[in-house]
Amino acid sequence: MKTSGDMGKNRTGVRMSPKEAKAMEEAAANIHPPPGDESKIAEVRESYHARAIPVGSVPPPGSVKGMAKAAASAVTGKKASVLLDKMGERMAFERTGVRLYEALITKLASAGEVDSIGLTEEALRKIQDDELRHMQIVAEAIEEMGADPTAETPCADVAGVQAKGILQVLTDPRTTLAQGLSAILTAELVDNASWEMLVDLARDFGNDEAANAFEDARRQEEEHVRLVRGWLEALTRQESLGAPAHAPPPA
Amino acid sequence: MALDLTKEKGIPLDQQRFTWPDLVRTPLSKLDDDAFTRVRVILMNGIENESWLFQHQFARCNADLRKELARVRRVEQHQQTLVNWLLPPDQSALETTIAYEQVAVEVTATVAEHEPDPYMKQVYRFGLLEDFDHLYRYSALLDRLEGKDPNVILQSYTDIMPGRPTWVEHRHPDDDIRAHYDRKKAHPLTKIHALLILAAEQQTRNFYATVGNIYADPIARQLYAEISSIEEQHVTQYESLQDPHEPWLEKWLLHEATEVYCYFSCMHQEGNTRIKQIWEQMLAYELGHLNYVMELFKKVEKRDPFEVLPKSLPQPLDFASHRDYVREVLEKEVDLRAQGTQFVPKEKEPQDGPSATYRNYMNSKGSPSETVAAGYRWMPGTELIARAQALRAQELGVH
Ligand SMILES: [Fe+2]
Ligand SMILES: [Fe+2]
Ligand SMILES: [Fe+2]
Ligand SMILES: [Fe+2]
Repeated sequence: MKTSGDMGKNRTGVRMSPKEAKAMEEAAANIHPPPGDESKIAEVRESYHARAIPVGSVPPPGSVKGMAKAAASAVTGKKASVLLDKMGERMAFERTGVRLYEALITKLASAGEVDSIGLTEEALRKIQDDELRHMQIVAEAIEEMGADPTAETPCADVAGVQAKGILQVLTDPRTTLAQGLSAILTAELVDNASWEMLVDLARDFGNDEAANAFEDARRQEEEHVRLVRGWLEALTRQESLGAPAHAPPPA
Repeated sequence: MALDLTKEKGIPLDQQRFTWPDLVRTPLSKLDDDAFTRVRVILMNGIENESWLFQHQFARCNADLRKELARVRRVEQHQQTLVNWLLPPDQSALETTIAYEQVAVEVTATVAEHEPDPYMKQVYRFGLLEDFDHLYRYSALLDRLEGKDPNVILQSYTDIMPGRPTWVEHRHPDDDIRAHYDRKKAHPLTKIHALLILAAEQQTRNFYATVGNIYADPIARQLYAEISSIEEQHVTQYESLQDPHEPWLEKWLLHEATEVYCYFSCMHQEGNTRIKQIWEQMLAYELGHLNYVMELFKKVEKRDPFEVLPKSLPQPLDFASHRDYVREVLEKEVDLRAQGTQFVPKEKEPQDGPSATYRNYMNSKGSPSETVAAGYRWMPGTELIARAQALRAQELGVH
């Protein structure tokens, strides 16, 4: 199996060329930098913040039922668009999650299954199916509110930006299985917290039916974190000790 | 070592072909490969892009050679892809930017050193100090935006310090035009140099103009806007070195010769055997192009190609650190300014002249390159190391 912690000819540190690096450091110590400090950057950034417009908006409901629901929640002083935005985010995240697991499965296929710790294609496919199911659960809840599940909401868009690095790591043929698991763990940890908050938000809106469905999803997500983290720990230990990997602790 | 252009035939054009996996290979390692392997990859991407673009311009102005141009150009296209795709995906656009400026500094330095024409030499030294400053500004951005050390890319070959300050580099377009070489008198190496530096600068301009908008951070967007503008000035400067009276076919010949020369230089110095083999193959392909164009030249121009080309290739480009050379140029020439086609001490630049007026307006609402590097000094491991050490020392002192 490909591992990442092997000693090689990494050239990135200054100790690869101590004399040259010292010459650079001495020269840098004697320069006259432009006046001021980093706070000048902050000033420019703040001036753009002041005139920034948001990445976009939540689309209007587009159905009579949706209009009615939005009006009903407005009466209670709540903006249904906030719930829709967050549901849109969850749905987009789960959709990308299916693709992330597809990439991880490809990685596993070339690294080989690790039966001793239960890291098999079957196990990953099961999680992938969960993500697919969750995606559909949220889509149905969005429909139920009279809104459009094909619209990309602002939080969905931003979640896509967040996931970019994770996707890069997982689709790079040069990254190891453990590095792929670490990337997935990043996604699963956020996913967990996000489902928790979505359950609470749906309850706030009195949408108990959705909240209950989301609660089931949250419980499955909790299991994903436990599994992924266990696999990652085991693989890392295996790599460092050359010892056999241990199974993750039972649920 | 010398390559005899009268004898080397390379691989015939009709045998030059690729599959998709030929074009998409395992990239170089950002961590383990030598910085100059990356420098060569970036340079050759620029060379290929220039050949591609030139052949398009040629085809747009010429009815008779469209098929021949299309045939060679298709190969240039695929060579460009093969080469550029050697850059790895774990290298951020900003890290690649650092590498682009390292190319600009080290390749311009070797060209300036070996250029036979004193005026051309001066032009290269002038441009060199500007790209040298860009490296410093982008290094500040990499440290302050991504929290990364630019020396991970530079591998201690190239200094990180101010050159001719970027804010000063903004000039009126008229002050970016240089005098051109004379096609009848210039040394072939002078022509090749002018072309290869132009190619490098042009791809830099195109790269910044393309990736500048992928940044969310306003200061990064501003810095790319600013330096992209200077690279446009550099393209203007370097393209004006070429003799505008060269016939198109003569220019084509020079393009192919430049590709041959550059791949030859790469092959000569490459330490990564897998990539060296790519340079070898590309050299053979370019020799094929050169011979193909030599035949066209004989047929259409009815002249001997060696009226234009050298019979053997000059000494290869020196892909190495030019620290001492660059420091010397910096010390002596940082205060030069361009006035028309000439270079003058900064005191001689008229305060109300076209360049000063242009620059003052561009910078009148702040200078991104000054802002980003305010108080910035390169340190191994980023400037945060000093802050972290100070914090630790303070806390340990308290307890
Ligand atoms: Fe080419
Ligand atoms: Fe530059
Ligand atoms: Fe430049
Ligand atoms: Fe060519």
